[in-house]
Amino acid sequence: MDLTFSEEQDELRKVVRSFLAKHSDEADVRRLAADPHGYDGVVWRRMATELGLQGLAVPEEYGGFGFGYVDLGIVFEEAGRALLGGPYFATVALAAEALLRCDDAQARRDLLPGIAAGETVATLALTEESGRWDEPGIRLTAHDRAGGWRLTGAKTYVPDGHLADLLLVAARTLGGISLFAVEADAPGLARTPLPTLDQTRKQARLEFTDTPARLLGTEGTAWPALERTLATASVLLAAEQVGGAAAALDAAVDYAGIRVQYGRPIGSFQGIKHKCADMLVEIESARSAAYGGLWALDADDEAEIAIAAALAQAFCSETFTRVAADNIQVHGGIGFTWEHPAHLYFKRAKSSEMLLGTPSYHRELLAARIGI
Amino acid sequence: MEVDFGPAVRDFRDELRDWLADHLVGEFADHRGVGGPTDGAAWEVRLAWDRELSAGNWLGVGWPREYGGRGLGLLEEIVFEYEYARANAPYRATVNALDLLGPMLLKVGGETQKKRFLPPILAVEELWGQGFSEPGAGSDLASVRTRADRDGDSWVVNGQKVWTSFGMHADWLYVLTRTDPQSVRHKGLTMLLLPTDQPGVEIRPIRNLAGQDEFAEVFLSDARTGADMVVGEVGQGWRTAMATLGIERGTTLLPQQLTFEREAEAVIDLARDRGALDDPMLRRRIVDAWISVRIMRTTNLRTLAELTAGRTPGAQATTAKLYASTRHQQLGQLATELAGPAGQVVGEDYGLDTRQRSFLLALAETIYGGSSEIQRNIIGEQLLGLPKEPRP
Ligand SMILES: Cc1cc2nc3c(=O)[nH]c(=O)nc-3n(C[C@H](O)[C@H](O)[C@H](O)COP(=O)(O)OP(=O)(O)OC[C@H]3O[C@@H](n4cnc5c(N)ncnc54)[C@H](O)[C@@H]3O)c2cc1C
Repeated sequence: MDLTFSEEQDELRKVVRSFLAKHSDEADVRRLAADPHGYDGVVWRRMATELGLQGLAVPEEYGGFGFGYVDLGIVFEEAGRALLGGPYFATVALAAEALLRCDDAQARRDLLPGIAAGETVATLALTEESGRWDEPGIRLTAHDRAGGWRLTGAKTYVPDGHLADLLLVAARTLGGISLFAVEADAPGLARTPLPTLDQTRKQARLEFTDTPARLLGTEGTAWPALERTLATASVLLAAEQVGGAAAALDAAVDYAGIRVQYGRPIGSFQGIKHKCADMLVEIESARSAAYGGLWALDADDEAEIAIAAALAQAFCSETFTRVAADNIQVHGGIGFTWEHPAHLYFKRAKSSEMLLGTPSYHRELLAARIGI
Repeated sequence: MEVDFGPAVRDFRDELRDWLADHLVGEFADHRGVGGPTDGAAWEVRLAWDRELSAGNWLGVGWPREYGGRGLGLLEEIVFEYEYARANAPYRATVNALDLLGPMLLKVGGETQKKRFLPPILAVEELWGQGFSEPGAGSDLASVRTRADRDGDSWVVNGQKVWTSFGMHADWLYVLTRTDPQSVRHKGLTMLLLPTDQPGVEIRPIRNLAGQDEFAEVFLSDARTGADMVVGEVGQGWRTAMATLGIERGTTLLPQQLTFEREAEAVIDLARDRGALDDPMLRRRIVDAWISVRIMRTTNLRTLAELTAGRTPGAQATTAKLYASTRHQQLGQLATELAGPAGQVVGEDYGLDTRQRSFLLALAETIYGGSSEIQRNIIGEQLLGLPKEPRP
């Protein structure tokens, strides 16, 4: 098992970082945050055509590049650092992964190439009013009528649900949990963007009224695939959280080096220096948590993935939130302003903490998985 | 996650596993996991165990053959530590010499010194103590005052050292001395090797808070050592000392981490026995303890992977000590709480069980090898590049 990064991976990180520095700088982040429908279609296409980011871990037979999860984790870490706005997480970590896990080769052949090419924005619609990410939380129903499957009910808090061209929807049938593909312009589908505390990641509410849908795989058997999808997404989100935390620490350190009080840079005071040191200790520990998950994914070790994913979410979520809050503290008054980017990280941290279930939820998942 | 470095090292690992299975028996097996970097429990048994290891040619796996080592690589050293900890063998009594002095001599020692001192270390014939700290120089090691003056072919040493781990067992000390009386701070310091078996050296054990005599204060009054006992160069003792501290902060974590994992498993078992897993507050702390040891493991694996790939280890290699020491203390607090009133009762003569010892001795982990505050200064200044403390 290779537990360190290769030179190619270092290079990938560099390329992605410099691309995002250009295309997701603070002004871009703010512009997209202010726009409820906002994502930059031009940048999205360039991500796919120049860097191949949407299809990085998609197998070559489906139009991707067949890289591993460690590689993909690097991209998410950098995306988190840059607070990349838009549907990258929804499309790659949720939708593409769900397609890869569901037992339907034809659907993969039909749907993945568009995602890899940057032509399709996709998401996974799983949560409902309860906000639950588990099997009992899925209440929306699907019925098989003459002429095909129809969905009725609502999904909400769906990441980028109002932007997506393709919605993968978890629904309950007589056979159990099943996964469906719904086109954005399907009849009987109403999509409403939700105004959210964290403006850098969008959510939407979706109402289905007898909406036609395509069944993916075998009816009633989707939950294991969805569970694995959520585990993968948990690890990738953890990598994103590590990147966000690292950026917040960088900002704190930069400021602590230049802001002078009492005739000294504040970073020479231990109250500040030690806070920054503790932030790094937490971040490096969070890195271990996230990387451990990425290695498990590449090793395709089912039991280890289940453990590492829950651990990564339980730990990295809290790290990002704490570090983002500490960054505001180090900045003093300026850190409390709308103009300063510190709050963008803080809000992203809090929304990410809840995106796939809270740290408490993941602690319980972990406890169950390790037999506590 | 298992550490597996491929077929080349697998033979070595299997040989070691077999050897441990054959030899870690009887009294040695009864003392599984006993001892620690500052825990001198069952000293005589552990010394005998070190001799057993020596006879099996397992000490100094990575040291050159000419000094009695096996001449193998970093991978084998790592595998040795890993398997050793996995077998839960007694903590090596001679670890001071094996992990600190030995590597320091290999790095900066003269040829004659290596020939003279390394083989007896591997043969467990000479024990060593580290004489850095003084009553007035702990965190601020550069304010060392113990003086060494040249007198013909020898150095005459005067001063006091303190907190010398296992000092009362030491045949030799490596001491940081001031050889230029006019000098200040880290200039004018010299590292000397000093025999303890002489009238000028008085070693008094100090009782620690666990009731053990595991460290000592050392009084040096006209103690003498040869002119050829300087490690590195005269006046360059600071550099030599820092090299040792670098080694100290790096090596002890891997075996420690496996010990912590065992303790975490024991905590979970204890909690289950006591029905504490249903208490949501305790449950959370228990899961967090499990998370902590798992993270320590992955962090160490990251560092090992980088080392074996010939890369300079990243920031995690430095942050690991602070994380592990603080989390280990939390684990100890939790274990003690779960053990309840019965766990508060000690044996005759303040005799502690493993859990009680580990709980109390963990308090030293945030002090020795650079206190947590000093670690934070190092992380802030060296890793993050923050402005230095104003110094007089
Ligand atoms: C069990 C044990 C074994 C040891 N073994 C050895 C050994 O074998 N050989 C040896 O030479 N030494 C040994 N030591 C000594 C150890 O290295 C010192 O105790 C340590 O460096 C701290 O020094 P001190 O005890 O003088 O505390 P001090 O330096 O006086 O520190 C007291 C407190 O002040 C804080 N502090 C000090 N300076 C600063 C600063 N600049 N900024 C912020 N806070 C600061 C410290 O963090 C600590 O909390 C051992 C210590 C222990 C506990």
